[in-house]
Amino acid sequence: METQAKNPNFNIVSKKKKSVDLSLGYNPYAKDKRYAVLFLGPSLLILAIFVFYPMLRTIYLSLFLTNNLGKPTVFIGLKNYFSLLSSSSYINSLIATLIYVIAVSIFTIAIGLILAQTATKKIAGINFFRTVFSATMGVSVSVAAIFWLFIFNPSVGLLSQLFTALNLTPINWLTEPGWAMTAVVISTVWMNLGFTFLIFFGALQSVPYTLYEAAQIEGVSKSYQFFHITLPMISPTIFFVSIITLIESFKSFGLIDLMTAGGPNNATNLLVYRIYQDAFLNGNYGLASTESVILAIIIAIFTFIQFKVLEKRVTY
Amino acid sequence: MTQYKKREKIQRVFHYSLLVILTIFIIIPFLLGFWTSLLPTADISKGALWSSHISLDNYVTAITQTPIIRYLFNSLLISLLTMFAQIIFCSMSAYSFVFLKFKGRDMLFYVFLATMMLPFEAEVIPNFTTVRDLGLLNHYAVMIIPFLTSAFGTFMLRQAFLQIPAELKEAGDIEGLSHWQYYYKVVMPYSRISVYTLAAYSFLSSWNQYLWPMLTTFSDNFRPVQDGLRQLQSQETFNNWGMIQASAAIIIIPTLIALFFGQHYFKSGLNEGAIK
Repeated sequence: METQAKNPNFNIVSKKKKSVDLSLGYNPYAKDKRYAVLFLGPSLLILAIFVFYPMLRTIYLSLFLTNNLGKPTVFIGLKNYFSLLSSSSYINSLIATLIYVIAVSIFTIAIGLILAQTATKKIAGINFFRTVFSATMGVSVSVAAIFWLFIFNPSVGLLSQLFTALNLTPINWLTEPGWAMTAVVISTVWMNLGFTFLIFFGALQSVPYTLYEAAQIEGVSKSYQFFHITLPMISPTIFFVSIITLIESFKSFGLIDLMTAGGPNNATNLLVYRIYQDAFLNGNYGLASTESVILAIIIAIFTFIQFKVLEKRVTY
Repeated sequence: MTQYKKREKIQRVFHYSLLVILTIFIIIPFLLGFWTSLLPTADISKGALWSSHISLDNYVTAITQTPIIRYLFNSLLISLLTMFAQIIFCSMSAYSFVFLKFKGRDMLFYVFLATMMLPFEAEVIPNFTTVRDLGLLNHYAVMIIPFLTSAFGTFMLRQAFLQIPAELKEAGDIEGLSHWQYYYKVVMPYSRISVYTLAAYSFLSSWNQYLWPMLTTFSDNFRPVQDGLRQLQSQETFNNWGMIQASAAIIIIPTLIALFFGQHYFKSGLNEGAIK
């Protein structure tokens, strides 16, 4: 199966033999073909085994019932797809994922922009703030989960203590459906901010300063400058960051696993966590493959949009 | 004039307040985590954020009674090997897409681009079967081999290599440099900023792997740090907060240091990728 998957790629390279240009008596690029096999071969092999083949295999498995080793047994066509799309539990997962993805993207971009905008002003001590703003870039999921689990902890957490001190009833952050989603979104946004800040900050630096000078001479207000100069100038970067954030959020797994394990009541059972549960905890590989295909389609659509827009900008 | 100065002053105060509020939101989880790692767990579970007994005891416990150092070593090894492999393989495939002429090159490049659309998370089931059949389960290799190369890295370096002036290639041809020589004598040094960026990116993404190692490693000998923390959390009494926070601090300090020094390269590289 693996060799079948990689062969077509190699054929493309070796087909060259037929089209050797002999008009000069020799082919200046004859050596290139050998180099191409050497330079490109290893990468193609790895991608073939771990990216192309598994995609085809996932689609294949999604059409079958499988045994507990993940081997296909009975062909059932699109039955898995129909049963998923008519299952209220799966639809709930889809909706939860959409809410999560949209909330994470909006807050990541809005707060990231505010961070970048406030950090551009050249005032005393600004380098300290810039370093702090980019710090979450060095935080991995498990560390972020520990930090936030402690803050959201119902008995010793900072938030509960704060609520008690203010004579409010503490919220059971991780055991009430709506609040669990809120907690997971807050943690994810916090984790995303470092990266988002760095990108927006770089983009803001590249806006020509003369534009602001001209605006200042005209006596235009700061907020007008932000909405009519800054935002349009960095809109390609905003687009880039939104797509990256959307795609990454669709793939969220670690924080969910560590903070809520999909609960309470499946309120945070996002798409990837569901795949993990169905395949590796319930042994239902066929159904999990179907869920994988649906996830891949969603992500492919977003990546495709990103490519299209980036491509436009390259030629522009 | 004085009115203008007054407005300026108010604006400055407002600006600093905003900076401080934002800083608090970002820094509190770090500070709280670090601070509680110095407190005895007994005090933390009482809800106290102050203790008369501040010490590094939790760190000593974490290092002597948990495999945290082993986890760190595993992660470091896996991430470094993945990083070097990606630098080599991504740069070589990027080189082919820019400097080698062969039939089907553009089509192959689109094939590479297409793989960027396929999320690894949607492919874990067959990949798990593959590594199981290859006998790679529960070994360092299982966390390195699937990530020896990356389409994203190839794409990023290709963009960088395209910027190399054509005159350099002509000069190289006149000097009689072979592709190998041109690759390591000219192309790699010339694009070193992008190569460093790829290094940082591939190291961090390997370091942050979570789902894949969780599925494929079952012993502390090979388990990387992210899944190690998960293990500590579920095995250890969940309430030993002091020790858990100390472990988190042990893990995060190296990354924060690396990030602090690598920030410059990372920033320029990311923006190159974002703007192009």
